[in-house]
Amino acid sequence: MKVSSQSKFYDAISISDVALDMDELIKEAHANNGESGAVVTFTGAVRVSDEEQGLTGMTLEHYPGMTESQLASILEEAEERWRLTRMLVSHRVGYLAPGDPIVFVATAGLHRKEAFEAAEFIMDYLKKKATFWKKEHYGDRTQWVEAKESDEQAAARWER
Amino acid sequence: MKVEVLFFASFKEQLDCSRLSIDLASGDHVSELCELLSQRGPEWLELFGNPANMVKVSVNQEMAEFNKKLNEGDEVAFFPPVTGG
Repeated sequence: MKVSSQSKFYDAISISDVALDMDELIKEAHANNGESGAVVTFTGAVRVSDEEQGLTGMTLEHYPGMTESQLASILEEAEERWRLTRMLVSHRVGYLAPGDPIVFVATAGLHRKEAFEAAEFIMDYLKKKATFWKKEHYGDRTQWVEAKESDEQAAARWER
Repeated sequence: MKVEVLFFASFKEQLDCSRLSIDLASGDHVSELCELLSQRGPEWLELFGNPANMVKVSVNQEMAEFNKKLNEGDEVAFFPPVTGG
């Protein structure tokens, strides 16, 4: 699954320890000279639901080098499966507060079906395969997040 | 032969170690590396004594199996199942 460092998708990927610039990402996702009939964007954010009551923040870690290569592979696979005109993936590392965006994915294609499907595929594979790890903060107490069976199943439906 | 060993996330904290250089016999596999690591102390034994499916491994930044043969200079990383996105 290794991708050469020349993969054209490296330009479409960013992993950053500073806040995602949502305005800039949305603008970039929608750059369009008529080649795209549909643009789908997804943003995942730090959630504090009943299950995470008292959560004060989150730290994200990755494997520099490997993670970028895995994301490029996922985009290459998406390109093989759907006719797409643009893809973007931006992922945070470092410390995040509740509500902060963790990940942004954009897909553009001729029609909405391929753009929707490709965005779901990229997120499902990212969650299952890409080397990121989350640690939750509850005040001074911290807890590493455990992988979820539901994420395994979400990724499995794309296997062929 | 020497290999570089990296640990991430909870493993790094549990072992209080992010990086090691380890001497192996030529022809050794990931499994022999695990055996060697398991002898470094109780926390190490817990992780590498019986590295089941909660221990993921990559070799030269590609996911690998425990029966993967290692070569001089390989970068081997151990980490828990991923939880990004």
